[in-house]
Amino acid sequence: MDTRIFQRSQETGNSDDISHVTTDVKDLIVEKIYEKAESISRKAVRYEGFRESLDKKIDLLLTSKVTGILFMLLLLGVIFWLTLVGANYPSRILAKILFGIQGFLESFLVSIGAPEWVNGFLITGMYKTMAWVVSVMLPPMAIFFPLFTFLEDLGYLPRVAFNLDYFFKRSGTHGKQALTMSMGFGCNAAGVVSCRIIDSPRERIIAILTNNFVPCNGRFPTLMLLASLFIGGLAPDLGWLLAPIAVSGLVVFGVFTTLVVSKLLASTLLKGLPSSFILELPPYRPPHIGGIIIRSIYERTLFVLGRAVAVAAPAGGIIWLLANIKLGNQSLLAQAAAFLDPLGRLVGLDGYILMAFIAGLPANEIVLPILLMGYLAQGSMISPDNFAGLKDLLISNGWTILTAINTMLFSLLHFPCATTLWTIRCETGKARWAIFAAVLTTTVALLVCFIIASLYRLVVWAIL
Amino acid sequence: MEKHVITLDKLPIGKTGRVAALLSKGLFRRRLLDLGFVPGTPITAYFTSFTGDPTAYRIRGTVIALRKEDASKILVIPE
Amino acid sequence: MDFLLEDSFPRPLVALAGNPNTGKSTIFNALTGMKQHTGNWPGKTVSLARGTFYHKNVRFNIVDLPGTYSLLANSLEEQVARNFILFNRPDVMLVVTDATCLERNLNLVLQIMEITDRIIVCVNLIDEATKKGIYVDSDVLSEELGVPVVATAARRGIGLYELKEMILKVYSGEIKPSPRKVNYGEELEKAIGELVPRLEKTFSDGINPRWLALNIISGDYSIEDIKKLIKVRDKNRGGNAYGYSYFSTVPRNRELR
Repeated sequence: MDTRIFQRSQETGNSDDISHVTTDVKDLIVEKIYEKAESISRKAVRYEGFRESLDKKIDLLLTSKVTGILFMLLLLGVIFWLTLVGANYPSRILAKILFGIQGFLESFLVSIGAPEWVNGFLITGMYKTMAWVVSVMLPPMAIFFPLFTFLEDLGYLPRVAFNLDYFFKRSGTHGKQALTMSMGFGCNAAGVVSCRIIDSPRERIIAILTNNFVPCNGRFPTLMLLASLFIGGLAPDLGWLLAPIAVSGLVVFGVFTTLVVSKLLASTLLKGLPSSFILELPPYRPPHIGGIIIRSIYERTLFVLGRAVAVAAPAGGIIWLLANIKLGNQSLLAQAAAFLDPLGRLVGLDGYILMAFIAGLPANEIVLPILLMGYLAQGSMISPDNFAGLKDLLISNGWTILTAINTMLFSLLHFPCATTLWTIRCETGKARWAIFAAVLTTTVALLVCFIIASLYRLVVWAIL
Repeated sequence: MEKHVITLDKLPIGKTGRVAALLSKGLFRRRLLDLGFVPGTPITAYFTSFTGDPTAYRIRGTVIALRKEDASKILVIPE
Repeated sequence: MDFLLEDSFPRPLVALAGNPNTGKSTIFNALTGMKQHTGNWPGKTVSLARGTFYHKNVRFNIVDLPGTYSLLANSLEEQVARNFILFNRPDVMLVVTDATCLERNLNLVLQIMEITDRIIVCVNLIDEATKKGIYVDSDVLSEELGVPVVATAARRGIGLYELKEMILKVYSGEIKPSPRKVNYGEELEKAIGELVPRLEKTFSDGINPRWLALNIISGDYSIEDIKKLIKVRDKNRGGNAYGYSYFSTVPRNRELR
């Protein structure tokens, strides 16, 4: 009710026909306040050997022509490298433990005489999917989130916005979109909520609709795994270098897509002049390491993981049922995949991949385990500590480097997860924006994959 | 001695000026006032982004980044 | 949906205001022991975080208002912060400032001083200021503002006990802040002086008439607007007067991440 009043008073404050007297009074009031603030601080603040802070030097380094962009890309690469390399060993150990427990659970079920389908549904379906999600997701998150929180607390994110603003200006959107994008790295739903910092409704909706082009934590493990298997696998000696570069490249491509789609939206559906952009670059603060670890593990990692597990277990069970209930001589899963196959093939994927993405709507984390379950005839799943076996499985199902690249691209660009879609609905107040976001992103994803597939086929055709 | 007035975006990097007037109206004007862009306040062009725009300015102990077109709505007297 | 409307704000109520990036949330966390996320970028806290703390057997309720540079209601955050101070009338108003750029922070302090008297100014980040060779004299500042000043380095836990002591003292009335208000110049002060008695008659229950006068003169509000606002406030008596389902529909956990 009173919001309306505010809007009105704000509009009067905004309108150009406001009488000069009013503006003058307001200016006078603010000036008087500042005059007083100045005189007080002159008396109460003492500067002793005040020196131009280190901040400026750091900022010059982090934002200058040569080093600015280089540092940004390098930082991105280093973070992914640390995450990829660092996550490897704990992932294997976790997988060993969790899949060891599986054997124990299985023999327990057998010993109490449980029917085979119970064993299949509970263990092969629910437990294995959950174990996969935990062992593949937990280590990278436990490394990535603290690193990201560190940058956040340090005050680097506003510098990213500062560096990228020019491109956002060219796209007709707000510089703060870079901040909301950064939030999307953690979780797109959180990224969408953070779009509140953009005041202009037009620019806020653009930021909300395109937030999904930043890969969230649910998608990173998929990207990283595929990148290290297929891109890193291109040159075994340089794999440690190629995989992080590939993931960084994907992120850069995501940002590029954000800019292009924002530009498209800003010049068609959401037309308007860009609003003014005022960004404070806060002083760098040495982050509190202990606090970062506690916060990022406790609040972010466990929160995301908890959600993933909560979704993964039932989804695993349902997918197992679909893979094992036969209609005619084919399972439901295989039939669905067969239905989607033509479209999948057209864009360089296949029916199972598309189906896995659709089944992964509740949470992106479960896309890969569902896909693997689909490929394995009886709906069983191999353990993720066996990376070579994983790659062999994919290749035996017709995967090429094109399939890997396009699966990564589709993961990067496709429709947001259910939580994010719901958040878009809440934040914009309209369900149609959520639907539009899903249609928009999926169209982009299919289009990009189709172009890449066509180019790939053209090249292959030309060579042969 | 008459000093000439320029728009803030023309203030060279490293140079300091004093805010003379705000040409913008409405919300942007209020924001600037809130941040201390009142006449007489010293403001220094600090550094630009690697794309040349926006530029970071130092005013009242804080660093504020403004786009070129926004800075062009602020008049300053170079010192 | 709107959880702020459902429950009232229990007393004694302490509200926390301040510019973005002043370590406001760190103070909030340090007082309440809560782990609220505090990223170092502007516009981070957009919802009202709430918590409690005990000092000498008094249970204080504390609300962390959105970080703002001003209270002139240029943005939703400013509206939320301003309305909270105006209508919920906290028992103690804690304004957190950054010792490294005090001057700009005083803008907000002086604006809040127009709305309420029960102010404590917390000069935070004194450790960082010292590193930069900046020293803030709390006594002089307190004298100039007419309100108590506590220096803190919240991240290291420095000054927190003193802060709690001061909150208790201001709440109990042992210390009565008497803000030295800004003088807006002869012409404006005269206009304010003419308006205040008339407003006092119309709005007998609490909303600071000087603040009202100032806002009416500057064209931000008409008397009608204020009356409507008060009607809303009275309807939600004990609750709040914002009607921003916008902020409150999303659970705080969502915000943290």
